[in-house]
Amino acid sequence: MTTLTRNPRSREQNPKRTLLNRKLPGTRSDVRIALFFIAPAMIGFVLFYLVPTIRGIYLSFTEYNILGDPEWIGLENYQAIAKDPLFWNSLAVTGQYVILNIALQTSLALGLALLMHQVAKSTIIRGALLLPYLMSNVIAALLWFWMLDYQIGVVNQFIEWAGLPRAAFFGSEEWAIPTQALINTWRHMGYTALLIFAGLQSIPGHVYEVAKLDGASAWQTFSKITIPLLRPVLVLVLVVTVIGSFQVFDTVAVTTGGGPVNATRVIQYYIYQRAFTESDFGYGAAIAVILFLILALVAFIQMKFLKGNESDLD
Amino acid sequence: MKKMKATGALAAAAAAVLALSACGSGGGSAEAGKGEISYWLWDANQLPAYQQCADDFTKANPDITVKITQRGWDDYWSTLTNGFVGGTAPDVFTNHLGRYGELAENKQLLAIDDAVDKDKVDLSAYNEGLADLWVGQDGKRYGLPKDWDTIGLFYNKDMLSAAGISEAQMKDLTWNPEDGGTYEKVVAHLTVDKSGKRGDEPGFDKNNVQVYGLGLNGGGDSSGQTEWSYLTNTTGWSHTDKNPWGTHYNYDDPKFQDSMQWFAGLADKGYMPKLETTVGASMADTFAAGKSAINAHGSWMIGQYTGYKGIQVGIAPTPVGPEGKRASMFNGLADSIWAGTKKKDASIKWVEYLASSACQDVVASKAVVFPALKASSDKAAAAFQAKGVDVTAFTEHVKNQTTFLYPITDNTAKVKGIMEPAMDAVVSGKAPVSSLTAANEQVNALFK
Repeated sequence: MTTLTRNPRSREQNPKRTLLNRKLPGTRSDVRIALFFIAPAMIGFVLFYLVPTIRGIYLSFTEYNILGDPEWIGLENYQAIAKDPLFWNSLAVTGQYVILNIALQTSLALGLALLMHQVAKSTIIRGALLLPYLMSNVIAALLWFWMLDYQIGVVNQFIEWAGLPRAAFFGSEEWAIPTQALINTWRHMGYTALLIFAGLQSIPGHVYEVAKLDGASAWQTFSKITIPLLRPVLVLVLVVTVIGSFQVFDTVAVTTGGGPVNATRVIQYYIYQRAFTESDFGYGAAIAVILFLILALVAFIQMKFLKGNESDLD
Repeated sequence: MKKMKATGALAAAAAAVLALSACGSGGGSAEAGKGEISYWLWDANQLPAYQQCADDFTKANPDITVKITQRGWDDYWSTLTNGFVGGTAPDVFTNHLGRYGELAENKQLLAIDDAVDKDKVDLSAYNEGLADLWVGQDGKRYGLPKDWDTIGLFYNKDMLSAAGISEAQMKDLTWNPEDGGTYEKVVAHLTVDKSGKRGDEPGFDKNNVQVYGLGLNGGGDSSGQTEWSYLTNTTGWSHTDKNPWGTHYNYDDPKFQDSMQWFAGLADKGYMPKLETTVGASMADTFAAGKSAINAHGSWMIGQYTGYKGIQVGIAPTPVGPEGKRASMFNGLADSIWAGTKKKDASIKWVEYLASSACQDVVASKAVVFPALKASSDKAAAAFQAKGVDVTAFTEHVKNQTTFLYPITDNTAKVKGIMEPAMDAVVSGKAPVSSLTAANEQVNALFK
């Protein structure tokens, strides 16, 4: 994630880098030094990402309850998943969550970033926006779980004072997913705003001056200049947040646990349930592989169609 | 993705353990009868009692020390599973009926038949049936019983007297799935809406209830331990074809579905909170906040219910059902030994000590749970009495043999996975009780 977010800045740094490269002697020693510096990251990548991923893919073709030995069963897990209504339900529920979460989070973060860029220049205010993000997911979820409780939660007390009926934020099937999407929006929007803010700062000021001279309105400036020039950053932010959003788990795990009925049985929670609660690691791994493919596809589509690797500045 | 990372971490941990065990081999024989053994439990309320047992045990066996670790229920089982795989599981741990079948089948538990024979553990000294629960499908014994629990009705004494219901009435409640018997009448009368009208008075507003007659803990998933089994099992219905080790569940039985229809109807009538409103604060806490008058709950909750300040709590037995008897699920815990222990003899000694009157009397004196030994159970009841809590409602189930066992089968985690959403849908009124028939077919397909 951090490597991705550095991208907007790397454009400024690029010229320096090429200069530096030219100064360095012969290519052979380059490779060695490069390998030396890459090694720590490489070991971590192989040990904690590559090997587990390959093992996960292998397990998805087996029946495995973790205490015994994995038994090869070919495509049976995948065939069962195709017919599993809870899997399709989990996709639908996750999709609903992602759409709500991303739409709200991105638009609010964009608004916040513009405010940070143009109005709130104080470091304290800018820092305060990040505060919810400094809280652990689980704490944030539990905090809201208590505040939004139907019987003894403070929010419902205010709602009642306002003369409105109490709402079962976590308990009703209609509200459970929107509530959790909102909680995570609340937690993440400051951070997302910070990323977009960094993107805004990389837009050269002279473009705006020219726009002003040409008599462009505020809306025109925003839609014709800010958004197009911000696009590479926005795409990266979207790719990262969409992937993160698809992986919602902790909020669900500490509050509704998949319920009411199946209303919050998101895909990650369903994987956890099948693998760790019901000891069906092969089945869980197979769903994880499917999620992996879905995420790869989503990221690819986003990069391809939103042209995340091109900038209109060049 | 998360899953894969977890597996990766496991693999790495396993590799590390392999490396470590390679270095450390030769550190004591597998039969070691001395050194430090580890013991896990999940209930923090019981920790002081067992710590004292451990101290006493070390006094009697100076070459063995016991290191106790307490983990919350939610982490307990996953950490334990990781321990089995990684080789770091505790030598001895508190085991649950819903889990031990699977553990025994995967050869993670040490059979203790030989030791029980050799050391002449008197299995008849335990309350009826508790010791037999821990004999697996293969006929081997995988644990010695430590405690038991039954279900009772906790009620708010002030609300009762305000409603003009005597405590004697509470002891004589009857129930049936057609009209709910006197149980429903009492629950209705204890329900009060915002304008002060009771549930059985004309003009009662079921959408604006101030105090519910009966609290709700949840849908009850596969067992309904505290939620509905104390009612459904008075009709002659039982969860499975036989217990333990049944292979067929009975959620499609009309007797069961009629009972569930009545139960779900309580929320509809406004006598019990809607399921959606109970996600969040615990049922006991909402009882303490004065939101319900009666809560059906397990004996392990006595301490919590009687511990709230400013609330007078009484405990009544569960109602008498259509067959003229009460019913309560009878659940028992045991201490089991991990098959991979390096200190087998010391572990057996500790388990036998935990199951002996020396330790169970200590547990009894703390008045938190009922120990498995009959004599110690009586001591626990006396200890509760000394604290001013009458626990007859729980003990009389055992005395009168009106208990039925927690359903022990294979695939319990998967059965729960299927029944939890199915029961939630029924109790919340989103699906008719007949929908349980399809869920039941799914459950029974697991056993084919």
